[in-house]
Amino acid sequence: MDIQAIRQDFPILKRQINNYPLIYFDNAATTQKPKQVIDAISDFYEQHNGNAHRAVHTLSLEATDLYEKSREKIAKFINAKEPAELVFVRGTTEAINLVAYSWGLNNLEKEDEVLVSLMEHHSNIVPWEITSKIKGFKIKYAKVNSDGTLDYNDFESKITSKTKIACLSHVSNVTGVINDVQRLTKVAHDHGALMLVDGAQSVPHMEVDVQEIDTDFLAFSGHKMLGPTGIGGLYGKRELLEKMPPFQGGGEMIKEVVFTQSQGCDIQWNELPWKFEAGTPNMEGAVGLAEAVKYLAALGMEQVLCHEKELTNYAVGRLRECSKVTMYGPTDLSKKCGIISFSIKDLSSHDTALICDNYGIMIRSGYHCAQPLHQYVLKLQSSDRASFYIYNTKEEVDRLVEVLKEI
Amino acid sequence: MATIEDYVARVEGTCGAEKDVIVFFKYEKKDEAIANILKKAQIKNKIAGIIFELAFKDTSFRLYTSGKAIFRSIKNKQELNNLLKDLLL
Repeated sequence: MDIQAIRQDFPILKRQINNYPLIYFDNAATTQKPKQVIDAISDFYEQHNGNAHRAVHTLSLEATDLYEKSREKIAKFINAKEPAELVFVRGTTEAINLVAYSWGLNNLEKEDEVLVSLMEHHSNIVPWEITSKIKGFKIKYAKVNSDGTLDYNDFESKITSKTKIACLSHVSNVTGVINDVQRLTKVAHDHGALMLVDGAQSVPHMEVDVQEIDTDFLAFSGHKMLGPTGIGGLYGKRELLEKMPPFQGGGEMIKEVVFTQSQGCDIQWNELPWKFEAGTPNMEGAVGLAEAVKYLAALGMEQVLCHEKELTNYAVGRLRECSKVTMYGPTDLSKKCGIISFSIKDLSSHDTALICDNYGIMIRSGYHCAQPLHQYVLKLQSSDRASFYIYNTKEEVDRLVEVLKEI
Repeated sequence: MATIEDYVARVEGTCGAEKDVIVFFKYEKKDEAIANILKKAQIKNKIAGIIFELAFKDTSFRLYTSGKAIFRSIKNKQELNNLLKDLLL
């Protein structure tokens, strides 16, 4: 990949922060947007804006066409069998909530179990905790080793005949650990359980093939993969989505609402995927995400992952030169991708992040929405995180190391 | 008469077990805010040329030349407001 050419596509990378060139290392939180995505969104509003699926006029038809073609492209990107298996949502959080509320509330009973891991982002814990309070099912937490890797034996042993769904991050947003979700999906299926994969940190960075993994659900966010905020995807197998009731009610998700004086309203749900897309959809978001997918596909997801791994290996090597730096995560770098969590001796994570910010380097500090992993497994109050993407360079890593060495 | 709001853009609780509070000063007033604070607080240490470790009354905090300050062990909003009032005004 020609990184310098890629960088030219990202207008924000020309910015200076505190009189230093911007170095953006917070890609696990959100990514920057290439001109192509920004232009696609502008073009939608300048040329094609109408309400999709609502009217017979030209703009509504154009908006519908762009919205549904976007779905086709994104569904193909994750190798869904058909576009109808891709529901547009606001992001990973809404996708998991959709499953927890629509599938969970209708399929989980008191004696059932849901399995999650201790490395999950809060978005893959809290929806299950909320729905468990409503339905009374039990949530089991699979252990994570002290190096941040999943305890596979524990995860597998906790899948029993009582387990109805297992939920796991494909890639940890704290350590960058890559989980073998294909292996665990098979174990879940062998026990009659479903599998939900949180793909927020994997879909943007590697080839994710839902048919190969055989997962039942996959959740991901557009803004973490060059796309706009407020758009993401929930992949679900057709036979499951068909049986699930709508998550929200409103326009678009119904076929008809027939009112009679004696019976009140008789409502028929729309077909997939619109049954789950109540209200006017995020059309420009879908268009922007489709353009992002086109951009990534042109680079090749193998190349994307290769670049990030190379950068991670380089960064880990350079950060080891800093005596005050402690890194968290596996020492076997083949098990992880472009996320490095670390701390600096005698400094809070926020101090470190603010020092970096002073030099134009954006890193994340805090729990990264994974408090159980920080407190229970890694025994940390918080950590700093540098996360890489296609436009980051070794020179930028060198600059981070320079700043950290100065502290 | 000047108020805290003249100087402070935003106050946020940090993410993490530390429960620190970050005060973001308004960009156009940050230099004035920093100067006011440095006049009143005691400088304990200066780190990397950009962080002042300061003490004021019974509170220790860090001030960044980029216009932010981290306060630790702040009990409530009123306590922070009183501190900022004394430091800034």
